Order: sequence, then C-alpha cells, then structure tokens
Amino acid sequence: MKELMLMKGNEAFAEAAIRVGADAYFGYPITPQSEVMEYLMAEKPYERTGMVVLQSESELGAINMVYGAAACGKRALTSSSSPGISLMQEGISYIAGSELPCLILNVVRGGPGLGTIQPSQSDYFQATKGGGHGDYRLIVLAPSSVQEMFDFVSLGFELAFKYRNPVMMLSDGVIGQMMEKVELSEQQPRLTNQQIDELYPWATTGKKPGKDRRIITSLELDPSKQEKHNLKLQEKYRKIEASEVRYETLQCEDAEYLLVAFGSSARICQKAMDLGRAKGIKVGLLRPITLYPFPYAIVEQLSNQVKGILVVELNAGQMIEDVRIGSHDRIKVKHYGRFGGMIPSPVEVLDALEKQIIGD
Amino acid sequence: MTEEIIIAGFGGQGVLSLGKILAYSGLMQGQEVSWMPSYGPEMRGGTANVIVILSDERISSPVLSQFDTAIILNQQSLDKFESSVKPGGLLLYDPNGITRPPQRKDIHIYKVEATTEAAKMGATKIFNMIILGAYLKLKPIVKLENIEKGLEKSLPARHHNLIPLNLQAVKKGMEILETVHAL
Repeated sequence: MKELMLMKGNEAFAEAAIRVGADAYFGYPITPQSEVMEYLMAEKPYERTGMVVLQSESELGAINMVYGAAACGKRALTSSSSPGISLMQEGISYIAGSELPCLILNVVRGGPGLGTIQPSQSDYFQATKGGGHGDYRLIVLAPSSVQEMFDFVSLGFELAFKYRNPVMMLSDGVIGQMMEKVELSEQQPRLTNQQIDELYPWATTGKKPGKDRRIITSLELDPSKQEKHNLKLQEKYRKIEASEVRYETLQCEDAEYLLVAFGSSARICQKAMDLGRAKGIKVGLLRPITLYPFPYAIVEQLSNQVKGILVVELNAGQMIEDVRIGSHDRIKVKHYGRFGGMIPSPVEVLDALEKQIIGD
Repeated sequence: MTEEIIIAGFGGQGVLSLGKILAYSGLMQGQEVSWMPSYGPEMRGGTANVIVILSDERISSPVLSQFDTAIILNQQSLDKFESSVKPGGLLLYDPNGITRPPQRKDIHIYKVEATTEAAKMGATKIFNMIILGAYLKLKPIVKLENIEKGLEKSLPARHHNLIPLNLQAVKKGMEILETVHAL
C-alpha cells in the first residue's frame, strides 16, 4: 500500500531525504525553506536511519560540511534560498572542482539582495550559467509539484553519484510552500561504510594497509595538469548533455503557439493553456525538467512547428535566452514575467500570449 | 467537480488552518487537492490568504485570480477579493469589523456572525470552524465525517480532545448562516 500524504513541498523534500537513505543534512534557516530543517529535526532521522541533521553556523558552514561528507562518499544534502545560496557558491565550486556528489535545494525567493520572502524564479542564471567561479556546471532539476519535490531527491542523488557532480533542485516559494498530495516511496537503507568503500573508489574512507592514498582536492597548481582536469570535466558535461535531458510536453502535437515554463510558472501555464484551448487557441506547453542540461533539441523541433513562443518565468527574462538559442531566433520568442514575489494568474498569462504572440 | 476557493483575513484568525482542514478533508474523500498560502512576514496581523482547490481531476495551477467561492474575514480582504469571485459565485463573510459591505449584484452573498458566536461559546479559537460550517451548509462538498478525519490529520495529537468542540462549532456555523443577496 503506497503511503499518501498531504504535504508542503519543503516537507516532501525533507521526507524524501530520509527515505532515500541520505547520510547527512547540513543547513541553515531562511524563509521560505526553513520547514526543510524543522521537519528533519522533528522527525529525528538519527533514530530512524542514523542520518545526521545539523544546523551549521551559516550557509557557508553548511556547504563546507556537505563538501566534507561528500568527500567520504556519503550522501549529503543542504537547502537554502537565494541569498543563502549566494553564500554557498564558493563551496559549490569547490565541490564541483573536486568532482564530488551532493544535492542542493534552492527555494527561490524574490531578489536581488535581501529581497522578499515571496516566490520568484530569478536564480535561473545563477543555477545554470555560473553561480560560483570556474568552468563547471550543476545538473539542475526543476520540480513543479510536491510529488517532484519528493521524487527528484532520489533522482538527484542518482545523477550526482553517477557523474560525481553536484546536483541542484531549483524550486521556488510556491512549490516549497504549497501543499499537495504526495505518494511516498519505501525507506531505502543507508549504505554501510564497506559498501561505500566498494562502490566509490575515489572516496576517502580511511587508510588501510595495501590501499592507495585517495586524495580529494580542487587544487592543482601545475597549469597543464589543471587544464587536463578541466578537459575531463568538460567531457563529463558533454556526456550529461547527451544523456540526461528531461522535459515534459503537454498538448504540443497540434500546437500553433507554445508556452515554455518551468517550476511553478509551468503550473500556471497549464491552466492558461486549458483556458486558451477552451477559446479555440491551439497552444501547447513545454516544461523543461532539467534546466541544465537544457532541452535545446525539443525547442528546436517545436520552433519548426509553431508560429511563436511565449516564455513565462517569474523573473526579468533568463530562460528565454536558452529558448532563443534552441530556436535559433527563427521565430518570435517573447518573455512574460512578474518580479519581486508577484505571481501572475493564468488569465494574465493567456492575455500576454494573445497580445504578444498571437495578436502581433 | 472542481471548487476553487480563496480564504482571506488577517494573520492569527486561522485562515490558513481553515484551508488546511478543508484540504485534508478533501484528501480523505479521495479528491485532488492543493493549498497555496500567501502571507507577510508578521506572525500576527498583516494579511493572510490561502487558495484551496478541491477537484476530481488533476489540478493545474495552484495559483488563481478568479474563484468559485471567497471566504472573507476582514475589511481589507473584502476590498481586495470581492471582485475576484466569478459571476454566479459565492461570497461568505463575517460582518464583524466590516464597515463597507459587499456591493456586487451578480454573485450569491451570505454572512455568518462567527466572531460573535465564538465569543458566546467562550472559545474564540474555533472561530474559523464556525465559518467552515457556514460554508459547508452552502456547498456540502465535504462530508462531516471527513471533516472529523481532516481534523485528526491536521491537529497535533495532544489537541485531539478539542475535536468535539471543533465539530460543535462547525454545526453551529451551519445554523447561524444568513442570506444577504441570493441570485
């Protein structure tokens, strides 16, 4: 019998962390994701599975604790929101440079700066293009439901360990705070130290006689070696781009117009699409699930079919750049968004589609 | 069947809790549900509203601008959300503190003196359950037994002894509902 619960997105993420057998959560409170750590503390997973939950002195502390745990081959994760994620960027770069797996949740809020506690999607650039320093990429998953907040924890760790790369779940204050039905999977056991030692020959699990030293570092002062290391990372990213693209298409088969949106704006667009279809407008929706690797191929394919694309995001226009790359600027691609925590209604989105894309 | 509801008042009135109980109750009877809160950083006062959707089909957007029902608990919310009720929809409000009552002629308007009644019952905290009762009288979308199950799920175990009082409040709300403008 599957367990069915009504939970907040943040809570579903936290429950998933326990159920997938995560070893450690290090975090720091910030609205709108404080429920993650509050839930974990209340559930006492140390008694359930031996999972450690620790509030660090700051977000900087949290990401470095994740770095340390990941170096030992442990499944470690953290969560924060925009300003806190900014504090973690240096640590994330180190983790990526050291080729370590981990999961980071960003429940995006309005910015820039201290901003607001209300939802936004304005960290797309930070998550997919840069964030920290250096030539690295994060695998970025964008949940658009409470169920995906739960499911992507397992997927996130799977990808993180497959590629030895940090994975970010880019959520927002709508998905994190709303409550929906969620089906919970069964409890997976945590890996034993022996299993970690066998599965991950790179992990620092203690020097034993006859065993080579294992070194985790992102430091390499010899430039020719550092270049080789970067080439190795780039090879990895090409593999990820070739194999891990994920997206969802809704009513695109006969679509004349296309909405592209991720996360909570994709949910709003779904309703806008329903309203549009009821009026006889042949509109479809493309929902990228991986923001990196971005689904350029399907964008290109659909841009050969539709007359125009409206990219709907709670920001000033970030993902639209990737949509324009995918469509090679062959057709009209426009942006509709609200900022600072304002959330558009489905009616507003349909209105924008009619005025900016269809009406022109 | 899809019912799109907004519940709005000020922080501390039990707006979000009311929404949660409705959502849990919907879940108990096998429906799709969503609960989307909006509130400021203050713990008391300020504005608080929640959009609750109960449906037989998968819910697309948890965020809406037009509703089948608006449950309004203060003047500020009335000013903000009166216009968001769909034509032919329902507006239910507590007249306590309302100086400018709703004006629309194309929706059903009802009122319930929940604040006064809660004070009479000597239990101001179950004010939101009286509101719930009035709403269910108008739209019996959830059975009382599922409300009870919903209360069991949403109230922490140490407060389960208060469930009978909560159910009493729901029944009271059904009794004291008044029509203001029926279509």
